[in-house]
Amino acid sequence: MKRIPLHQIWYFVFVLSGAVFVFIARSTFNEYILSIINFVGIYIILAVSLNITNGFTGLFSLGHPGFMAIGGYITAVLTFPVAKKAMFLELPGWLSHLALPFLPALLIGGACASLTAFVIGVPVLRLRGHYLAVATLGFLIIIQVLITNWESVTRGPLGMNGLPALTHLWWVYAWVVITLYVSWKIKFSSYGRSMLAIREDPLAAQCIGTRLFRTRVVSLALGAFFAGIAGGLWAHLVTAITPASFSLVLAFHIVVMVVVGGSGSISGAFVAAVLFSTVTEFFRPLEESLDAYGIGEIFMALVLILILIYRPTGIFGTREPGFLTAKRT
Amino acid sequence: MLKIDDIHVYRGSTHVLKGVSLHVQQGEIVSLIGANGAGKTTILRTISGLLRPSRGKIFLKTSKTSGETDIRRVPAETITGLGVTHCPEGRGIFSRLSVKENLMIGAYLRKDKEGIADDYARICALFPILGSRSRQTGGSLSGGEQEMLAVGRALMSRPELLTLDEPSLGLGPIIVDNLFSVLAEINRQGVTLLLVEQNAIKALKLSHRTYVLETGRMALSGPSAALIDNEKVKKAYLGGT
Amino acid sequence: MSGGYIAQQIVNGLILGSMYALVAIGFSMIYGIIRLINFAHGEIIMIGAFLTLGLLQKLQLPFPVAAPLVLIAGAVVGIIIEKGAFRPMRGAPQVTGFIASLGVSIMLQNLGILLLTAQPRNFTFPDYLQAVVQIGPVSFRTIDGVIMASALALMGGLLFLVHKTRLGMAMRATAENIDVARLMGININRTIMATFAMGSALAAIAGLMWGGKFGQIDPLLGFVPGLKSFVAAVIGGVGSIPGAILGGYILGLSEVLFVGLLPPIYSAFRDAFVFSTLILILLVLPNGILGKKMEDRA
Repeated sequence: MKRIPLHQIWYFVFVLSGAVFVFIARSTFNEYILSIINFVGIYIILAVSLNITNGFTGLFSLGHPGFMAIGGYITAVLTFPVAKKAMFLELPGWLSHLALPFLPALLIGGACASLTAFVIGVPVLRLRGHYLAVATLGFLIIIQVLITNWESVTRGPLGMNGLPALTHLWWVYAWVVITLYVSWKIKFSSYGRSMLAIREDPLAAQCIGTRLFRTRVVSLALGAFFAGIAGGLWAHLVTAITPASFSLVLAFHIVVMVVVGGSGSISGAFVAAVLFSTVTEFFRPLEESLDAYGIGEIFMALVLILILIYRPTGIFGTREPGFLTAKRT
Repeated sequence: MLKIDDIHVYRGSTHVLKGVSLHVQQGEIVSLIGANGAGKTTILRTISGLLRPSRGKIFLKTSKTSGETDIRRVPAETITGLGVTHCPEGRGIFSRLSVKENLMIGAYLRKDKEGIADDYARICALFPILGSRSRQTGGSLSGGEQEMLAVGRALMSRPELLTLDEPSLGLGPIIVDNLFSVLAEINRQGVTLLLVEQNAIKALKLSHRTYVLETGRMALSGPSAALIDNEKVKKAYLGGT
Repeated sequence: MSGGYIAQQIVNGLILGSMYALVAIGFSMIYGIIRLINFAHGEIIMIGAFLTLGLLQKLQLPFPVAAPLVLIAGAVVGIIIEKGAFRPMRGAPQVTGFIASLGVSIMLQNLGILLLTAQPRNFTFPDYLQAVVQIGPVSFRTIDGVIMASALALMGGLLFLVHKTRLGMAMRATAENIDVARLMGININRTIMATFAMGSALAAIAGLMWGGKFGQIDPLLGFVPGLKSFVAAVIGGVGSIPGAILGGYILGLSEVLFVGLLPPIYSAFRDAFVFSTLILILLVLPNGILGKKMEDRA
């Protein structure tokens, strides 16, 4: 019988203990704490999916919340009960009679986000470095404007509320596991290695013959898919969705997580997402009680700048912790 | 005037100069030849303060230094003020500045307006093409003209020691001859020259002494006239007999 | 749609364009010398606006005294940002500098919220600046005229500084080739600092103008105009000061005409239009109209 590789054992351990944790959490914690854990999970999905786009290939996308919005809104419209649709939205015939269960709606939302990524990726991914970053920012703003003004479908700036509260911890947990699994598989496949090669030196990678452009588009689309899923999960957790939720500030938050964790490192993104969301939750009541709004953001920005100056590769760099990558004992 | 004492220089993690020593007396023309990648440019950049040696010393004595000083830690911006001007590899012309501005920026650290105006006139006399093109941008000049501009710009700082990095690179033989006769003239007028060159024969003919650098170490040195007849030099750099 | 209406729109576009141009110059100058996009530049507009409000209302200073003070304050803020955030980042990859400046931008916005609350404040200039002037079909307030005139004066002054002074020559040389500039004896740190100071001074004055033009200011006011001014700089060619001026006016005019000439249903899409233009220019004409090819500073 073949020896089971060490990292697979660790993987089972993590997945199992995660499931146990979710089970216990759901029966012991109150609503408030459960919702925080849900948010942490969604942030993990966001950070790890941005890692696929930014971290592996060295692209820099600020457009992630845009994909989240696409996934979120489409999921919301699809799960919205038919009766309510008639009341609040003006949709084309076939859509207004449709109300889907959660999973198909999520998948369609994610797929649409992915498709959008393909469509804008093909022209935009020819750009490099900070010009690419600015273009993705432009994309984000364009999406915001479109959502805010396409009132018949999205209800404009008011957004949609009264969404069915379909998200619970098992959903979030499942998607966290899927996102982590997919990221891990990609990173340690030959495809993933070519992605990292591109990031280290696009010129050299091109010489090796990796299809530079295709890889970039795929990494954008993949990251977008999970961002779309995260958007759908988020919308049905908060039971409301407005254009303001998908702002540059959110893009900044996700970027901070990836940078602090170490772009290219999945564990880094995971750890940073957990740290970041818990710290934000800590600051929120503090800000309210002191009537000093903005301290949390300032703190985050400071941490980012300090990390960029003193440890620009982030906490984990591009690596994963040794024990997770050891092949054989 | 200049004495380099056993310096080691790293570029990134590469050990480029492995214990190099040389000296330049006032009034001399010293040339430094060697294959590509031997480290010749690195030596000049270290003298100019763009690079720092990890070990060893560099001593400079000019009218602007207080006696003989160790300049290895002195930053590039200050070195020009000490009388050493570097004419960099590839000329380093500011292509978006005008020819006149390029010359004037050579005199950036000087405060004597009349002296600067005099020198400008003198350099335009030495290189007439610069005077006639003074309003054009540096980038619009040909290779040979740019080299003259680079040398002219260096002269605007009234250097005591002028280091030149491959001035003949990419230039046709007639222009190179012209350039080298100008360099000889500059030397006659009192400027000490340290010349790094790919074109070994021309360098040997112009200079009083020559150093031969091979992969970061000084291989040979001596009076240029003797080295021209040296067997090793002939084979490696002068194309045989 | 009458000629008078169009003329009015053009005048409005020129006034908006003047402000964009002033801020775009700063973006271009900073990009030109250190090859980094300074995201935080837009926030200096906000700082200038609030500072003006404080000087005029709290300290009751007369306008001609307040304005130069705002210029100086802007320069100081620029220097602080350069020393604190950009100098440590020198030599880092492009994207790192970009994220860092994004961080500074968010930090400044939230400092504003923290210290000044998110509430919009009313901005009022002394009465003599509010008077309305009518020339044919076109009307504007005195303050608008002052904005345009001072913008042009400042731009002229800056161009003079950059092309006719020793410091300006040093700035242009440093922007082209840092190593050779050092060999000339130019102090790079001081030159970069001066660039930041000048660009930021102009942005602060743009903040003063913004408050005067729109009457209401809040801590988040700098963000979108800052971004748009960056678009203007890209249109004209990043790194080129005349390009930034040209881009500023093109953007100001396009934005106003877009809203003024198209049916009202489209005016909400104004920002989408601006940023689509950005992406288009980046793809089709990356060096902008007047720009020169700029190698990265690795």
